[in-house]
Amino acid sequence: MNKPQPVNLQLTSMKFPATAIISILHRASGVILFFLIPFILWALAVSLKSAAGFQQLHAFLTTPVMKFILWGSLSALVYHFVAGLRHLLMDFGFAEGKQSGKVSAVITMSIAVIIIAVLGVLIW
Amino acid sequence: MVNNVTSYSGNGLRDWLLQRVSAYVLGFYLVFLLCVYFLNPSIDYALWHSLFANIWVKLFTVLALLSLLVHTWIGIWTVITDYVKVTGIRLLKEAIVMLALLTYLVWALVILWSM
Repeated sequence: MNKPQPVNLQLTSMKFPATAIISILHRASGVILFFLIPFILWALAVSLKSAAGFQQLHAFLTTPVMKFILWGSLSALVYHFVAGLRHLLMDFGFAEGKQSGKVSAVITMSIAVIIIAVLGVLIW
Repeated sequence: MVNNVTSYSGNGLRDWLLQRVSAYVLGFYLVFLLCVYFLNPSIDYALWHSLFANIWVKLFTVLALLSLLVHTWIGIWTVITDYVKVTGIRLLKEAIVMLALLTYLVWALVILWSM
């Protein structure tokens, strides 16, 4: 019973399939969005309170650092939305197979990347 | 099955369905806000304020906020039950998340009705 265990932990040889990457990013972006809720509510409160508050928030969000944070936050939202649409399509029976699931994962990622790039252009 | 006490509806299938329903509401709300932005790219305070002063927008926003509470609770619950194995710590984190979400809901309602 004392057979030597196979040692095959070549980490570089292991990689996640596209479906797994899509899934974990959906989860991660969801958790990020949860932590963003208070900041979004704060921005909503300030922007609705007065014209001066609206202006101040606009000035604050257009500083270089905040532009980057805004872009990152909106990216999480866009990604979570697009990956969520994939789930809703699967509810209707689309892309439920192994191969079609992989294809839809790649398409989902591509769409998300394109929208996030467009967002970057709109912000800067 | 003990975990079910802390899940949003106490029933996996119902949680699954609520996650979908709330996803549709939040998705449509996001599309609505996007439409507002693309129709008025240089949105100013007057327009922004009148938008949320509209009773239908307010109702849609409340619907989205309720969906956000349900959707976030089910999502974060799933994440916590996956990774936090110690019951006491898990319950503590779940309680903190639920209290935070309820606080956000009340805060958002106050924002909408005191603008």
